[in-house]
Amino acid sequence: MLYREAGDFKTSYQKDSQTFPLKFDRMGYWTVMVVAFLVVPFVINDYWANAVAVPFLIYAIAALGLNILTGYAGQVSLGTGGFMAVGAYACYKLMTMFPEVSMLVHVVLAGGITALVGVLFGLPSLRIKGFYLAVATLAAQFFLVWLFNKVPWFYNYSASGQINAPERTVFGIIVTGPNTEAWAKYLFCLIFVVVLAWIARNLTRGMTGRKWMAIRDMDIAAEIIGVNPLMAKLTAFAVSSFFVGIAGALFFSIYLGAAEVGEAFGIQKSFLILFMIIIGGLGSIFGSFAGAAFMVLMPVFLKNVLVGGLGWPTDLAAHLEFIIVGGLIVVFLILEPHGLAQLWRLTKEKLRLWPFPH
Amino acid sequence: MNDMSADSYVTEDGRTIGGVVMEMKNITLRFGGVVAIKDISFDIREGEIRAIIGPNGAGKSSMLNVISGFYKPQEGEVMYRGEKRPPMKPYQVAQQGIARTFQNIALFDGMSVLDNIMTGRLNSMNASLLSQAVWWGKAQKEEFENREKVEKVIDFLEIQAIRKTPVGRLPYGLKKRVELARALAAEPSLLLLDEPMAGMNVEEKEDMSRFILDVNDEFGTTIALIEHDMGVVMDLSDRVVVMDYGKKIGDGTPDEVRNNQDVIDAYLGVAHD
Ligand SMILES: Nc1ncnc2c1ncn2[C@@H]1O[C@H](COP(=O)(O)OP(=O)(O)O)[C@@H](O)[C@H]1O
Ligand SMILES: [Mg+2]
Repeated sequence: MLYREAGDFKTSYQKDSQTFPLKFDRMGYWTVMVVAFLVVPFVINDYWANAVAVPFLIYAIAALGLNILTGYAGQVSLGTGGFMAVGAYACYKLMTMFPEVSMLVHVVLAGGITALVGVLFGLPSLRIKGFYLAVATLAAQFFLVWLFNKVPWFYNYSASGQINAPERTVFGIIVTGPNTEAWAKYLFCLIFVVVLAWIARNLTRGMTGRKWMAIRDMDIAAEIIGVNPLMAKLTAFAVSSFFVGIAGALFFSIYLGAAEVGEAFGIQKSFLILFMIIIGGLGSIFGSFAGAAFMVLMPVFLKNVLVGGLGWPTDLAAHLEFIIVGGLIVVFLILEPHGLAQLWRLTKEKLRLWPFPH
Repeated sequence: MNDMSADSYVTEDGRTIGGVVMEMKNITLRFGGVVAIKDISFDIREGEIRAIIGPNGAGKSSMLNVISGFYKPQEGEVMYRGEKRPPMKPYQVAQQGIARTFQNIALFDGMSVLDNIMTGRLNSMNASLLSQAVWWGKAQKEEFENREKVEKVIDFLEIQAIRKTPVGRLPYGLKKRVELARALAAEPSLLLLDEPMAGMNVEEKEDMSRFILDVNDEFGTTIALIEHDMGVVMDLSDRVVVMDYGKKIGDGTPDEVRNNQDVIDAYLGVAHD
């Protein structure tokens, strides 16, 4: 009897910490996975890959990374663009130094290098908080962009100052350079997204995530119950930068193919990713995806419907985009800091109880 | 009672009180010109419930903060288990088995009740980041083992129903209880409670008193608590330290303290005005 009960306990806790406790959600998840891996690669074309799928996947990784640091650990960062640049330039150097090595390795290593740089810039976070930390990360942003512009070694002394992704492969399949097929770009990014989202989920449901959230919610109490604040913050910076670095590496090598640091990884990029997690939902994995999808799809949607469909001038549509994003940021910050993710949760709760509201 | 021999003794209700676990020696703590604690010495013995009482601003919370390592006294020494404690960060003190609650509830508002209490276990969990990242091996095993301990605390404090509730949504009395749960989850050898019953109604106070006695009785946990309600203090504690304006004005059993003229003047007198 006792044995059986002990066994039961375990399975019930295991069930309890499941990512999708509801069967309906689990089915939804698997449906998405099947479609993403077994359907999309066969139907995707260049337009959908370049305009929607690839940027969405890459931004989702960056948003996950920033959400770990800001949404979970409460450390505001305006340096996301700069850290993406670290990933991009690390990847570029690795690609040109070790041409025969798999792209998979380059991208992961680029993430690792960015993690180290992130830890370095995270060190001041023990002393400075909130607004001042945001300013410090802003300084990191400008410093990193300046660095990659000023030191020719980073762009292999090319005359244009740009970095260009040469053709590289994974298991013999071309994933970078002009000859890459749409499905290969898409699938390569998808694999990173799935693995990284799974890692983010695991870290945030366990003790590391709890330490991050404890620091976020009340740092003094966290320290008094035993959280080492420096360790908690530095692991957040490391993991976050690992994600952001991978996003930067993919953004350069798979999506852009050629990049100039100020243009590709400037301060606008930092704000874009920050907007994604605010609109999608701070401290939510799903929110990172929702925010990335929103910010990628909205301009595409506006362009197709307003410019293509209704014949609006392009600049008017672009202005409308600014107004919508600005308005939403204000609305979400004031009314619903947990963003689209929370709206989705509330909708599901309503649906679950329907038609009996009590 | 003034004889601080290490000999253990048995209380009237049959609990064994051991030797001195923690000794504060001539502690002085200043904030600029304010002297929050002035040359105070007292000790806490293994297995006892030790109360610290005194009017507002007497320096009681500051004393717990010194024990927690959050405030560094300008003078004096903290002796823990017979040894002088070197300067320590608060998280290192926590690792030594000292847990606490706060006068102004300090829960993690963005987390569920369960996650809040699980944070109490963090000193016993050390799976590597890698193991946690893949949710495999040690991380998973540790998570479930510690979850089991946390469930026992949840049962003990009778808060099963609110397990999944975000703490921000709980009423005040329950928040206090969850905070106690988080401290208990750490299985501390010394538990510090800063006004655990402040702001509670009579019924909630009775529940809380019962929990404190049960913790002390069942787990042998040494408890130092700050409390305003004299009735509660007299019922719960084995010995009482009385503070006023940063000074110690009384120390002894509840009966001794009750009959101490300084204490009557400074505290009880005021309280009964
Ligand atoms: N962090 C601090 N900075 C400045 N003064 C403080 C601080 N903490 C406590 N004090 C002062 O120390 C004195 C004792 O406070 P406290 O320990 O909170 O008293 P009690 O808990 O007995 O009500 C008060 O005068 C208070 O203003
Ligand atoms: Mg106090």
